[in-house]
Amino acid sequence: MLWQLLLFVWMSLVIVAGFLYAPLAEKLYEMTRIIYFHIPAAWVAVLAFLVSTVFSIRYLATRAWGDDARAAISAELGLLFAVLATASGAIFAKAMWGAYWNWDPRETSIFLLLLIYGAYLTLRSAVEGEDKRARLAAVYNILAFVTVPFLVFVVPRLYFSLHPDPLLNAQARLEMHPRMLQVFLASLAGFTMLYFWIFDLSWKVARLKRKQEEAP
Amino acid sequence: MPWVEGVLAVFLKDWRSEFRTRYALNAALLFAVTTLVVVSFAIGAFGISGDLLAAFLWVVILFSSMAGLGQVFIKEVESRTFTALRLVARPSEVWAGKFFFNLVLLLGLEVIIIPLFFILLNPRVSDWGGFLAILILGSIGLAGATTLIAAIIAQAKGKGALLAGLSYPILIPLLAAATSGTRHLFRGDGSAGQETQILAAYAVVVITAAFLLFEFVWSE
Repeated sequence: MLWQLLLFVWMSLVIVAGFLYAPLAEKLYEMTRIIYFHIPAAWVAVLAFLVSTVFSIRYLATRAWGDDARAAISAELGLLFAVLATASGAIFAKAMWGAYWNWDPRETSIFLLLLIYGAYLTLRSAVEGEDKRARLAAVYNILAFVTVPFLVFVVPRLYFSLHPDPLLNAQARLEMHPRMLQVFLASLAGFTMLYFWIFDLSWKVARLKRKQEEAP
Repeated sequence: MPWVEGVLAVFLKDWRSEFRTRYALNAALLFAVTTLVVVSFAIGAFGISGDLLAAFLWVVILFSSMAGLGQVFIKEVESRTFTALRLVARPSEVWAGKFFFNLVLLLGLEVIIIPLFFILLNPRVSDWGGFLAILILGSIGLAGATTLIAAIIAQAKGKGALLAGLSYPILIPLLAAATSGTRHLFRGDGSAGQETQILAAYAVVVITAAFLLFEFVWSE
């Protein structure tokens, strides 16, 4: 209970600091603040995919229902955060570049992540039988995962990008102010904790449901 | 039975049963030809640019492959031969046999639709070797990914719609590289060397993953 409270205070502070403490970046004006919410959401969407794949691989090795359940939970959470990142990104794109959608390489990647999550969850709903569902879903998840590097590293090379890249790009066009970096990293940590907390809650619910089903 | 013979046996079995009905080939071919003719007719006398033609060519290939390539495993389920095949052949033999069958089907489809595409839409190609390399490498990657996904959806409900839904997210990197390379060749600016490398890498990655994963799809 203590650390949930701590997380609540932490995230509240991040929101306040994003508006009052951190300075604005050059050329981005008021839109700077999206850095503190959009990027962490996108990061969690990718992290959730990674966690989901790790559990899928584990499922194929152990064949334990819990591994499959956790892969599914992580995929559902990833879908949620991917939607958040896509929606906030589209609003930013409208304000910055004049259109909600431009098929910018990063827009393409996050859209693809959405499609993969959607396909994975659709496949789960289309297969009957717990073992078979778990097996097929795990295979699909891993196959999708091995093609992701192509998106992250290859597609951006083929298309011109407008995307501001403050952290990942070596010759960054936007220099991050120390204060901005503090708030950004704090938000990144907060979002990551939030993800693990929801993940843990869903996993508890799944275990309780399972127990209830098995009880006579 | 040695591995190669097992693969060949699966391939020949599918080949024979396909040429008794020609279902998969007919479905894909009908789709491809209809689409090509309809688009060509709709464009009429106005030419369209190389940029659009490159995208259009790959969309036709992608959609026709969705109409035909899923059949390899769906037909095993529909004719209730899934279990029998599981008993007589090793998983890797089944996958490789079905993959080669799909690849031959896809290349056969292209032998018909590519000339038709050139007759109807008249694109100019700056480098034929590069164009063929993109076409063949793209087909290998496409057949590799689709064959594994076909094995997955054959065991699910709503097979037809699922194949496209599950394949597209995985095929988009391939589609991006293939259209980008073809665009260069149709416009005549620069080579498609980078895209050819990407397509080769994609084919290797997908086929390796499919080999490792197929056993889990196939055996209970």
